[in-house]
Amino acid sequence: MSQLSSADTETPEEAAPAIDEAREAVLAEITARLGDGVVGSHIRPGDDLWIRVDRANWVAAAEAAKAMGYRFFDFLSAIDWLPSPFGRDMDSQEDRIVSGTPAKEPEPMVQGYAGGETRFQLLARVYSISAGMGITFKCDLPDDDLTAGTWSNVFAGANWHEREAREMFGFSFDGHPNMINLYLPADFVGNPLRKDFPLLARRVRPWPGIVDVEPMPGVADEEGEGE
Amino acid sequence: MTAISDPQSVAALAAEAVDNRVNLDFETEGMTLNMGPQHPATHGTLRIIARLDGEQVISAEPMCGYMHRGYEKLTEVRTYPQINALINRIDWLGSFANEVPFILAAEKLMGVEAPPRAQWIRTILFEMSRIANISLFLGDFGLQLGGMTAGFYAFRDREWVLNQIESATGGRFHPNFDRIGGLKDDLPKGWIESSHTAMDKLLAFCDEIEDLLVGNEIFQGRTRGIGVIPAEIALSYGLSGANLRASGVDWDLRRDNCPPGLVYDQADWKVWTHPDGDCFARTWVRLQETREAAKIVKQLLDTIPSGPVMAKVPRIIKVPEGEAYVATENPLGEMGYYVVSKGDLVPFRVKIRSASFNNISIVPWVARGAYVPDLISILGSLYFILGDIDR
Repeated sequence: MSQLSSADTETPEEAAPAIDEAREAVLAEITARLGDGVVGSHIRPGDDLWIRVDRANWVAAAEAAKAMGYRFFDFLSAIDWLPSPFGRDMDSQEDRIVSGTPAKEPEPMVQGYAGGETRFQLLARVYSISAGMGITFKCDLPDDDLTAGTWSNVFAGANWHEREAREMFGFSFDGHPNMINLYLPADFVGNPLRKDFPLLARRVRPWPGIVDVEPMPGVADEEGEGE
Repeated sequence: MTAISDPQSVAALAAEAVDNRVNLDFETEGMTLNMGPQHPATHGTLRIIARLDGEQVISAEPMCGYMHRGYEKLTEVRTYPQINALINRIDWLGSFANEVPFILAAEKLMGVEAPPRAQWIRTILFEMSRIANISLFLGDFGLQLGGMTAGFYAFRDREWVLNQIESATGGRFHPNFDRIGGLKDDLPKGWIESSHTAMDKLLAFCDEIEDLLVGNEIFQGRTRGIGVIPAEIALSYGLSGANLRASGVDWDLRRDNCPPGLVYDQADWKVWTHPDGDCFARTWVRLQETREAAKIVKQLLDTIPSGPVMAKVPRIIKVPEGEAYVATENPLGEMGYYVVSKGDLVPFRVKIRSASFNNISIVPWVARGAYVPDLISILGSLYFILGDIDR
């Protein structure tokens, strides 16, 4: 099936690595303000900038960005990098146990742009209207202490986003004024957006999509065609 | 506007102004008023718990989640084309506009670009969604403030644009028409001419609403000077779209940061702002936006290039590993998708940044100290779609 993947067929010619001077300058200034607090970064020239800061500098990163003119608050959320134990091809684990075949191991955990060491990463984005650029911040949270400082004193809009991140991922934010559930009922157990939280509808009726995404008979050799 | 330019002192002054709106010294024993989840002014199931002191609101806390459908979780178990059908339901009045940023994010990760004709039609349908969405706002807001006629006119004239969307896509509300690499289909015969007619009708509707509603003395009395949001506060809450432009911030993603795949630079149009930041300003900016959208559509209709509407993409969509955030200027404000792909058929994680979520999170701030009838004006003028808050 791999020859049908777009990665193989439509790979654009990699131009010589362009240097995005504006974003390099932003990264340099954030690094100057936070020092060792910046632990990773990634620039896609002409498009976007990712900066990973350590947990102690999470709030300082927001303050630095705001002082630099990044005053528009976009969103704050998180990513759970654990490969889903209930993902595609993984949802028949019980069948495997019944038939005696060994359970399938999930793939290793790989973090995205700007790197990472932990399962949970905070993800937030701010935007500068004058510069026309955004910064995506990331921050590692260790499994044994899913706590970070609150952004809501810097960007008031982070209040609700942190409430959502708390209930969906089980984080807590120090200094948040109103740390209660936003969407979920107060007595809800579990953190739905964690990868190990099973989507019950999928457990009951596993993956109807699998029928659609198998190669059509006779087209396996062809390169992909438009509809 | 103000002589103080330092954003932080402006913010501090604004915070003080909020405290002054509520006379804390003479607070009497209040009452708690529950609005919703089935209140007409919440058009959906937003519930607001307001603590009142007489007629004044001491605090208003929106309660969300009555319509939370867990789209961010669902996207992790669906293929990209399947998600396209799902996310139509986020902002159900401007459905096509929901599809575009997600498709553009996937296209960015895949390095695919839609053919010019598809980009043109995409932009036209995007603006038609905006007109369908905002024209209903113009009528519905009047309805909430007691002007019944505007509501009927809006429902009547919105049909013109919904008919065009339906005849092009097959779906009146949920087109599911955008595809990675282009569009599902080409335009039907005669569509361009009938769209011109529809846009003329909509422009006439805008004039009508301006006479009926925006110029109405009672309407102005209910909206002018009510729910003032300063620009700095709006930015820190992440307000976007007309709500931000009504506070005097001249920022429109269509003009300032248009993602590749939409052709707004091919039309001559204007971004409207208003310095007041009150309920009236938000309505006025939306009215002008509807006119501009109709103008954009009319210009683009005349310049649609010929050619295919679908680029060569694989039959089975696998998105290469990477992360991308693409946001567009949707009818309600900035809507973006942060897509994390692991090179699979399904995204690894999708963060949906919907406009109404940020727009409505300012309610506790702006409603504080307002009077109860003004709460309706404020909620109505911030203009949210429940599906866009709860996702």
